[in-house]
Parts: sequence; structure tokens; C-alpha cells
Amino acid sequence: MGFLQTNLPYLLAGISTGGQYALIAIGYTMVYGILRLINFAHGDVFMCAALMVIYSASYMPLYISLPLAIVATGVLGFAIERVAYKPLRTAPRMSAMISAIGMSYLIQNLALYVTGGLTKYYPPVPFISDSIEIFGAMTKRVTIITPFVTLVLIVVLVNIIKYTKIGIAMRAVSRDFETAQLMGVKINSVISATFVIGSLLAAIGSTLFFSNYTGVTPTVGGMPGLKAFVAAVFGGIGSIPGAVIGAFIIGICENIIKGLGWTTFSDAFTFVLLIVVLMFMPTGLFGEKATDKV
Amino acid sequence: MDKDKRKDLIIALALIALLFVVVVVLEQLLPRTSMLFTVLKKGSIYALVAVSMNLLNGFTGLFSLGQAGFMLLGAYTYAIFTIPMEQRAVVYQYYDGGIIQFSVPVFVGIVLAGIVAAIFAYLIGLPVLKLKSDYLAIATLGFAEIIRALFQWDKLGGLTNGSNLLRRFPVFKSSIFPIAVSAICIAIIVLLINSTYGRAFKAIRDDEVAAEAMGINLAHHKRMAFTISSFFAGISGALLAMFQTTVQASQFKSAMTYEILLIVVIGGIGSITGSCISSFLFIACSEWWLRFLDNAETYIGSFHVPLLRPGFRKVVFSVVIMAIVLLYQRGIMGDKELSISGIRKRLAERKKKKVKP
Amino acid sequence: MKKLIAVLTVLLIASALVFAGGNGESSGSGKKVVKIGVYEPASGDNGAGGKQETLGIQYANAITPTVTINGTEYEVQLVIVDNESSNDKAVTAASELVSKGVSLVLGSYGSGVSIAAADTFASAEVPAIGVTCTNPQVTLGNDWYYRICFLDPFQGTVLANYAKDTFGAKKAYALAKLGDDYSVGLCNYFIKAFEALGGQVIYETFPEGTSDFAAYVTNAKNGGCDVFYSPVSIEAAALIIEQANTQGLPMPILAGDTWDSNVVLAAAKGTNVSISVTTFFVEGSTDKQITDFVDGFKGYLASNATALTNNGGNDEIAAVTAMGFDAYYVALEALKKAGSTKGADIQKILPGVTYKGVSGDIAFDKNGDAVRNVAYVKKVDNATGKWQFVSVQSVK
Repeated sequence: MGFLQTNLPYLLAGISTGGQYALIAIGYTMVYGILRLINFAHGDVFMCAALMVIYSASYMPLYISLPLAIVATGVLGFAIERVAYKPLRTAPRMSAMISAIGMSYLIQNLALYVTGGLTKYYPPVPFISDSIEIFGAMTKRVTIITPFVTLVLIVVLVNIIKYTKIGIAMRAVSRDFETAQLMGVKINSVISATFVIGSLLAAIGSTLFFSNYTGVTPTVGGMPGLKAFVAAVFGGIGSIPGAVIGAFIIGICENIIKGLGWTTFSDAFTFVLLIVVLMFMPTGLFGEKATDKV
Repeated sequence: MDKDKRKDLIIALALIALLFVVVVVLEQLLPRTSMLFTVLKKGSIYALVAVSMNLLNGFTGLFSLGQAGFMLLGAYTYAIFTIPMEQRAVVYQYYDGGIIQFSVPVFVGIVLAGIVAAIFAYLIGLPVLKLKSDYLAIATLGFAEIIRALFQWDKLGGLTNGSNLLRRFPVFKSSIFPIAVSAICIAIIVLLINSTYGRAFKAIRDDEVAAEAMGINLAHHKRMAFTISSFFAGISGALLAMFQTTVQASQFKSAMTYEILLIVVIGGIGSITGSCISSFLFIACSEWWLRFLDNAETYIGSFHVPLLRPGFRKVVFSVVIMAIVLLYQRGIMGDKELSISGIRKRLAERKKKKVKP
Repeated sequence: MKKLIAVLTVLLIASALVFAGGNGESSGSGKKVVKIGVYEPASGDNGAGGKQETLGIQYANAITPTVTINGTEYEVQLVIVDNESSNDKAVTAASELVSKGVSLVLGSYGSGVSIAAADTFASAEVPAIGVTCTNPQVTLGNDWYYRICFLDPFQGTVLANYAKDTFGAKKAYALAKLGDDYSVGLCNYFIKAFEALGGQVIYETFPEGTSDFAAYVTNAKNGGCDVFYSPVSIEAAALIIEQANTQGLPMPILAGDTWDSNVVLAAAKGTNVSISVTTFFVEGSTDKQITDFVDGFKGYLASNATALTNNGGNDEIAAVTAMGFDAYYVALEALKKAGSTKGADIQKILPGVTYKGVSGDIAFDKNGDAVRNVAYVKKVDNATGKWQFVSVQSVK
């Protein structure tokens, strides 16, 4: 009992941050699968979703503002793709990535301007923000809920990709961009759908994340974004189950490292893990093997 | 033709000399505190690191995001080895004066900064350079983050002063110094690019398999490009330390690498002059020209300009960047260079056009 | 299209140059102008605190907008820059102030940025008066940096004594932020003093950008500590309090002057987390000078919506605001005494400047540090969300 009581908090925190990273990582991995683009602005979309909740919650009740903000985040993802990435689809790959970095800059700076540099605090969401006790360890209810929400969403997503028309189109596009286009797949709507789904998941992830850690600053999306991206690479970028498993591993390891007292390295450890995996599996856990065609 | 080439070289050198004279004269005329000099100093430092990144990303086709890490190594090496003995007790106040009990002259420090960065790069390159494109990018980014954490570790405090500032090392006053050092380093990089090695790098960029078939040792050349690029990143790190007068690991974040990458791409991937021009423009825009946008109390006549308040500068700046990225997809210079012969050709063409009708 | 954009960009840059040159010396009334630089963070980690400190300076400037130097009346103009709480932005922000021709500089909140900019001010011969930067390195060996607040070795010792005497603590958990000279320094001095008193310390650090403090709070609990000592920025403070409340942290939290902020009050209100801080200023005095300041400042906030937002949305007075207010008058005293607006002249007479401010008597010692030997200890009243004065502490 004593052992459980001292170590359970780390594990709980690890699983819940893992779930939150997973929801962000899916956005990275789906976009990469289709466009071969690292969407650096994704972490900032995550931050934006939180700001939208904060600002809208002061005008309307939370049960309206939360869904509204989630939908608005989806629209934001759609808009970012149309403004920043679509014009560059035929440009060199590097240009699209720079556009992503520029977009991330723009969103952060806009947030800085709007918030005036002050930290904003996420409104407590009833029920999930409450403190509860589990096996003698105190935590918020959201910590327990997160992994389940994540799993449910992933099951839904995987089914969408497997069985719906748009999902099949997505798989076709990610397998072979040109051929899919020739077969009559509407590339633009597939790409938009990808961005919208990624952003929606990031918005839900942001609700879970910030109910737990309430401070929102313009750069708060940076670290979770980077770690989620690492999780996506770790699991083999382009693979959804890979991203989810990678995210949980990273979330749990990070908290164990902190628990062991190696707090200085809590962020760096993520990268150590990544590099070790890449050394032995150069395309991540579930990545497709790249073959050079001459 | 050869004569023309020599003439161009002479003109180019003369122009560079003229530039130095202009800076020297400006330093005498303008107050020393003018923002112009801040921009010149920081701009030349960023020009060097941007060119070194371009050598890797633009000329060898290795997509690396480790630049901030190598700058950190350079900055720390320079600072650690050049802090004068009598200042060490003050700087390393929590670590009993640190464990390094000697200090080296400035130029030795700068070269050492490059060497240490290069050694680390060589070691990191051994495993990492086998990775392809985005995987290489994220692995180098990861190494930069690991280095950053390592330098903040208090167990290494005797060397790195933990996560606290290092300071009191010799710095430069005149902007001639960083410009000169950067110019020399960039010149070396240009010579390298125009050598057989440079041609091998470009061959690797254009097609790895073909390059290997032509007998280019891929692993060797990649490692060499990576090490050389990091050497110069280390030197620019040392210069940055001198510019800032203090060094701290926490500032060498991945955001810094992104900034350098932005400069490279805006200047044009594969263009040395492009990187130089864009780094000066980038620094001037972000630090100087747009500052007035942060002033909330701006009036034109009696009209209170709306929207202006702290932070607006950055919004405008990022909009400008997005506009450039979207409209100039290949950067300001593309992969062309700004050169005397190029200008001469243009002028000649223009003359012809005028003559024709 | 491209050409049009190019032309527009050039125009924008050109107009920027005109602007940058334009807003120099112009002052409508024809009065002579003396410029005081305000070197404070308005964004980043210390944004909230920096804004409150700036507010004190702005309020002082609003009620005393002129100063008489050598018989001539000067209008005091504040030149405010944002150092973004970041040591690498600090140098260019400081250069910006220097290039605007300020006579002296006030600030900054946060010791790291002050240390980073110290050489820039010194080499431009502009004296700087630190308001609440408490790390000894700010003034040490630098003749151009002065400060009006107490120092970390003092503050750390006070807190260690307080932990021992009031809470009977034998083991403390100290948490600092990596790369933040303020919190790392303050933890170091605390650890030294606390261990000298026979205590034991677990010391940990968190990297920048951390928002998950769950593991740190758990570490303190599991380590069997008696106090949680965490003199970090208020941004992290709010998150730590939140976690402490969630996990039911069974020990009091101790912190330094940064935590004297309404953000902390807001986070602690309605919780069971016990928080004590050391600080420069307490509101409850009956001294006329202090009540005037308190009433006046609250009136200023009520009449100025931007100021109210910058103060965190309510009219709780932070100690740093009082310090900023005092710093402004110290600067005016210095200008009067120097009889000149030149930085070098001001620097010469600064050591002899004294002033009785709302935070107490201010005078400088030979290092340029304030001669202060008392700190106030305050405690959060969790029910009302207000500060409760506990005691005046000093070290022999």
C-alpha cells in the first residue's frame, strides 16, 4: 500500500499526459502521412484552443463555449492549411515547412498581443476539474478520465479511416499522392479533412491538458507540441497507433524520470529515448521502411 | 574571360574594403549607442551561422536542426576558457571559482569554440548521419536539447556554472570585430564550396545514389560537411556570447534554430549572399525598424493610431515573414548569388535591349 | 503583384525609419525633456510582475511629471521597453533604451535580465537603478548598477530562519527554475542558511516551459519534507499552488518577493494551501505617506482601465508596485542632486542619494546596494484571498 501510494501519482500523471500528447500527436502524424509536412503550427493550435475557451467563457456558459471553441479550432486548422500550405503545394518541401514555422510564429505573436503577455487561467470545468482520491493518492478527476477519452477517440478515428469514404481517400492519398489524384480523389477536401480532424483532437487534448495545468501563455504549446511530435516520430511518423503508443511511453517515462529526481533532464530524456529508438529502427517503431528508388 | 574574372574579384574585394571603411567612418560619426551598430553586430553573427547552416541544408542537402546546440557549445567554450582568473570567483560564486584555473587569449578562445563544437558534431554525426531527411532533423534537434539540458546540470557546475549566467569574459566594443571575423569565416566557406569538396557536397544534395555511384564516399563527405558547419556555428556562438556579454544555456532553444532556418530560407536555400542579406534584414526588422509599433502613445497629428501596443511589432513582423514565404517561395535570391559578374551581365543585357529598337 | 508587395514592403520599412527617427526629442509644450528608461519585462515568465512594477513607476510619473534640475523645469518622459524576461532579448532591449538617450534606467524585475544588461548600460555610461532584482551579481563589481531592494543572501537567510522558527522544519524541499538566476540564487542561499541551522534540503529544478508540476509536488510529499520552498516566477507559482491544492500538499509553501502578487492570491483563494512570503512592503500602515500612496494608487487604477488590467484585474497592491513608485522618486532625487541629465554626472552622486519612500528608508552602500535590513513576512488568508501581515524579520 505504501509503495502504491508513493508511486501511483507519477504513474497517473504519466498516463494522463501521455493521453494528452497522443491527441496532439495524431494531428502531426496524419498531416505528415499525407503531405510529408511537419506542421510546426500544430502546438500553437493547441494553445489557441485553450485561449478561445478562456475568452469565450467570460461571455457565455462553459457548456456552450467549450464545444464552440473546439469547433472554432477545427475551422482554424482548416484556415491555416488554406492560407499557409495550399499555395505551397508545388513548392520545394522546405518552403512548406518554413511556412509552418512562420505560421507558428504568427499564432504565438498574435496570442502574445491579445493576452498582453499575461498568463491566462483556464476556467475550472465542473466535474473533471474536481479533486479525487484514488488508492490514497490525490489527483484531479481529469487525470483518470484522460486515457479513456483518448482511447475512445482513437477507436472512433481508426474506424473513420477504415470504413468511411473520406477515410479510404485519406489512406489512398497517403499511399500515393499522384495516383490518388489521377483516380479522382478530391485531394483538397481530403487534406482539409485531415487538418480539421487533427485540430479537433488537439482542441479536445487542450481541454484535458489545461483543466489539469491551468496556466495558458503564448508559448505553452511549444513543449507539448514538440513532445507530441517526438512521439509521432518515435512511433513511426504516419502511423496512428504508433503515435499513440509513443505518446504514452513518453508521458509515463517523463514522469518516472521526475520521480527519480532527475528533474533537470525531464525534457531532454524524451530526446534520448527518441535517438536510441532511431538508432535501432531508423523509421520509428511502426514506420514504413523507406526504399530508395533509382 | 579569365581577365574578367580577375577584374570581378578585385572589384568585389574593393567593395568589401569600402564597406569596412564605411563602418569605421560611421562609428566615428554616429553616437556609439546607435541601434545601427547593434544590428550590424548581431546581423553579422547571424549571417555566419546562417551561412554555416546553408552549407549543410542548402549545399549538402542534410536537413539538420542542431544549430542552436552547436552555438551553445561555442558560446560556452569561449566563455569558460576566457574568463579572466581574477573574475572567476565572482562568476562561479556557487561553485568556488570553478574547476578551470587558467584562461586563454580571445582568439584562442574563439578557435577553441569552433573546435569543441566540431568535435561534438563529429561524435554526434557518427550515429545520426545515417538517418534520412526528417528523421535526421528531429534527431539533431534532440541532440541540441540534450546538450542544453546537460549544460544546465548542476553536477557540472564547476565547469558550466550550472544554469546560471557566465559573464565577465572579454567582449568586443567595435562592430568591426564581429563583421571581420564573420567575413573571414564566410570567405573560407565560399572557398570550400567552390572546391572539389563543395562539388561533392552538391552532388550528394542532388542525388545521393548517383553521387555514390560516381565514387563519392557518402558517409565521409556528410560527416565532413556536418563537422565543418558546426565548427563555424561554434565560432558564431562565441561571437554571440561576446555580443551579449553574458551566456546562458536556456537561451539556445529550438526556437533559435527555427529563426536561423527562417533566415536561410528567406535568403534562398543554396545562396550565400542571400543568407547574409536576409540575416541583416531579419535582425534589423525584428530589433530595430519595427520597434515604433510597440509604442501605444503614437499620434499622427492628433490622431491616436489604434492597435499599437507592446507586442504589435511582433505581429507585424510575423505577417511580413509569412508574406515573404508565400510570395517568394524560393527566397529573396533563390539559389543565385549576388555577384559582380552577374550584375555586369544584367547591365550588358539591358544595354543590348536599349540598343535593339 | 510581387512588385507591388515589394514596393509596399520598402515603403513600410522606409516609414519605419522615419518614425524611428521621428519620435526623438519632440515634446509639444516646448519644455525641456529628461528621459528615464524603464527596463522591465512585459511578456514572458515575469511579464505579470514586470507590469506591476512598471505601473508603480507610471503612477509616480503621473503625479509628479516634472523635475527641477538646476533651476530649470524638465518634463520627465518614460521610455519603456520590454525585455521579454529573456536574457538574450535583454541586450537589444537595453541598447534600444541607450540609443534613445535616456539619462538613467529603472529596472528590472527579475535578476537575470538585469545582470545580462548590466554591461550594456555600463559601457554606455548610463546608470541603472534596480528596483526588485535581488541577486548579488547585479551590482557586484559594476559601478553603474544600483538597487533599492534587499539582497538574496539576506532574503534566503530570513526565509530559512522563518522555516525553522515558525514551522519547526527539519527538512525542506527547494524548487528552482533552470536558467533563472533569481530562483537558483535564492535557493542556494536558502540551502546554505538552512543547512547551517541543522536542516536537510532536497533541491530540484524544473526546465523552462514546464506546466506539469504534479511530479514535483509528489516528490516533496514522498521526501517527507516540512516546508515547500519555491521562490520561482508567479507564472509557475499559480501552477504549483494548483497542484498543491489538488494533491493536498500537507506542508506550508514558502517563497520570496516574487510571490507577493495578486496572481498568487487568486490561485490560493478558497484552497487549503498555506503560503508565506517575504516582501518589501505591507499595505496596512497608518503612516500618511503610505496611506496616500495606497489610496492614490487605487484611485489611479479605478480611473485607468489598461492599468487595472496590467495589475491583474483587481486593485490589490503588489510590493513591486510600491518599489517602482519609490524607484522613480529616487531617480528624481538623483537628477536634482546631480544638477545634470548626463549619465556620468548622475552616476557620480548616486552613492550619496537618500530618500524616504513608502517601502522605507533608501540609501546605498559601497556596492551600490540598498541598506536594508528588514523584510516583511506575509501570509495568504485563504478565506478572503488577501494578505495577512505576520512579522518583521531581520538577521543579525
